[in-house]
Amino acid sequence: MGGIILKISNESIIEMYTKMLKIRKFETKAMNAFAEGDIPGFVHLYLGEEAVATGACANLRDDDYITSTHRGHGHIIAKGGDLKFMMAELFGKETGYCKGKGGSMHIADATKGILGANGIVGAGHNIAVGAGLAAQYKGTDQVCICFFGDASTNQSTFHEAMNLASVWKLPVIFVCENNGYGISVSQARHQNITDVSVRATAYNVPGITVDGNDVFAVYEAVNEAVTRARKAQGPTLIECKTYRHRGHFEGDPTVYRSSEELEKWMKKDPIPRIEKYLVENSIVTEEGIKTLNGEVDKMIADAVEFALSSKNPSKASAVEDVYTDIVEEARLR
Amino acid sequence: MRKMTYGQGIREGMRTRMLEDPNVFIFGEDVGKFGGCFGVTAGMFDEFGESRVRDTPISEGVIIGAAVGSAACGVRPIAELMFIDFLTVGMDQLVNQAAKMRYMFGGKINLPMVVRLPAGGGVGAAAQHSQSLEAWLTHVPGLKVVYPSNPQDAFGLMLSAIDDDNPVMYIEHKAMYAMTGEVEDEVKPIPFGKASIKKEGSDVTIVTYGKQVFDSLKAATILSKDNIDVEVIDLRSLYPLDKETIFASIEKTHKVVIVSEEAKRGAYTGELAAIIAEECFFECDAPIKRVGALNTPIPFNPELESYVLPNEMDIVEAVKALF
Repeated sequence: MGGIILKISNESIIEMYTKMLKIRKFETKAMNAFAEGDIPGFVHLYLGEEAVATGACANLRDDDYITSTHRGHGHIIAKGGDLKFMMAELFGKETGYCKGKGGSMHIADATKGILGANGIVGAGHNIAVGAGLAAQYKGTDQVCICFFGDASTNQSTFHEAMNLASVWKLPVIFVCENNGYGISVSQARHQNITDVSVRATAYNVPGITVDGNDVFAVYEAVNEAVTRARKAQGPTLIECKTYRHRGHFEGDPTVYRSSEELEKWMKKDPIPRIEKYLVENSIVTEEGIKTLNGEVDKMIADAVEFALSSKNPSKASAVEDVYTDIVEEARLR
Repeated sequence: MRKMTYGQGIREGMRTRMLEDPNVFIFGEDVGKFGGCFGVTAGMFDEFGESRVRDTPISEGVIIGAAVGSAACGVRPIAELMFIDFLTVGMDQLVNQAAKMRYMFGGKINLPMVVRLPAGGGVGAAAQHSQSLEAWLTHVPGLKVVYPSNPQDAFGLMLSAIDDDNPVMYIEHKAMYAMTGEVEDEVKPIPFGKASIKKEGSDVTIVTYGKQVFDSLKAATILSKDNIDVEVIDLRSLYPLDKETIFASIEKTHKVVIVSEEAKRGAYTGELAAIIAEECFFECDAPIKRVGALNTPIPFNPELESYVLPNEMDIVEAVKALF
């Protein structure tokens, strides 16, 4: 980190750091709330991967699009999602982004171009192509970032989407978060390559691998790709090598990986790395970092308070929103 | 009035809206210069250009997925699958994405998309190009499913399909593309959930849709010689379903036969029979009868195919069994 000559302002760097803190603290809170039984269902945490979503989305405008994954909280925060509505959705409340009908894996915000987290591995690839198609068709310079994991590049959707995006020169940036595992199966056991970016060659698309725990490296790579996409020069595949600090989902005993491996990656934790950079380059003082941490802690506490004080959705709402114009039949009880 | 084929009815529905609304466009396999495998988009590439009539790679997953993604971003795509059988390749994009996004996202994203699905047998296309898969689609909350039986309805239902803010599955019977019929000079959108009574009658109700409307009308003519007066209801829209028209007819005839081209096991006709049994049982004075294909894949040999598929004589027999 710091080896790259950055063309970003200190304000933008501080904004990126704050986003990373938001993700870190949101996810830590979600982890604890899940452990205490306050959050139903499954939770897939983004802890450790904060630099990818943050560095990538720092290049986007509000009217640009993203597609996300089951591990989506980080992408949504990075694209400008509201912490209160997100937390309320995790708690299943009517004030949540999806009125309590989607939960952790299905948060979306059309006003911010967030086309949804997704419970189906690889499903976002094709939806991102659709978003890119809409932008191209309408003649705007909007782009779509498609976030996905290493294991999803074994799905047929990856091939179909990369191929069509390349043939039609669609403004899609494919950002692979290679965290080394497809649930419990290591990359070496699920694909016979080390760098996912080599797959770009098959589509005649630029492919690059970067350190996904270096927010500036991610920013730079995505910046170039977004610039190309806005100029109608087509898609790019960017692989960000990273690691999830937690298991696939909360409750995963992670028997498939060693504590040595985790320790090795904890040394590359993206948050202390950017903090060191901020202090060493006199962008923020240590005191300033404490202040920012305090501010984000307050936002998270407010989000939790918002979620806890919100109502559960009414039963009647269960039969709404299937269609724009049909309310399905309800039960008597 | 003017004469038009079923295929032209579909095309004119698309053309009408494309001329009015620049957000409407079509993509699919060979829909461009080639004009579509069944010629439905013939001439549209030259009329509307490459951007609005797009050839895709042979990739059904991304055809449906691109419709989902683009519909979510403010345009109104029409995706053509060459055969409904190819849905299997893109099923996730349809069932887990298109059908559920609006609900999962709390009603905050609309998907105004149409998927055109050529279906049905009788053309010697064998097991992977002849299926009737409407039950897969009607089973999924979030999808609307329509199935025109004539050029006028093909036109009017297409207008409504494009106007709808939900994913609409528009099923076309490929043995009907060349069938001609009268079409009004100015076609209005046909609202979904409104069945059409093709023939009034007092003795027995046939509930059907698609190509089986013709077979049912043929059966009705044959049965009239035995003084059995058949009412034929063309559903047009499978979901939403016009229960009122079905129930009102059964209240009059007290007998019902449900006809489709599907393999009978797990067919949409089973759902219709269940609805009638649950909500209209006391109006029936005979068992609810169903006519469908045999429970086999569709065979290639023409004699075998016509043996497996239902025809008007199977309908005649089913009706007579109620008397």
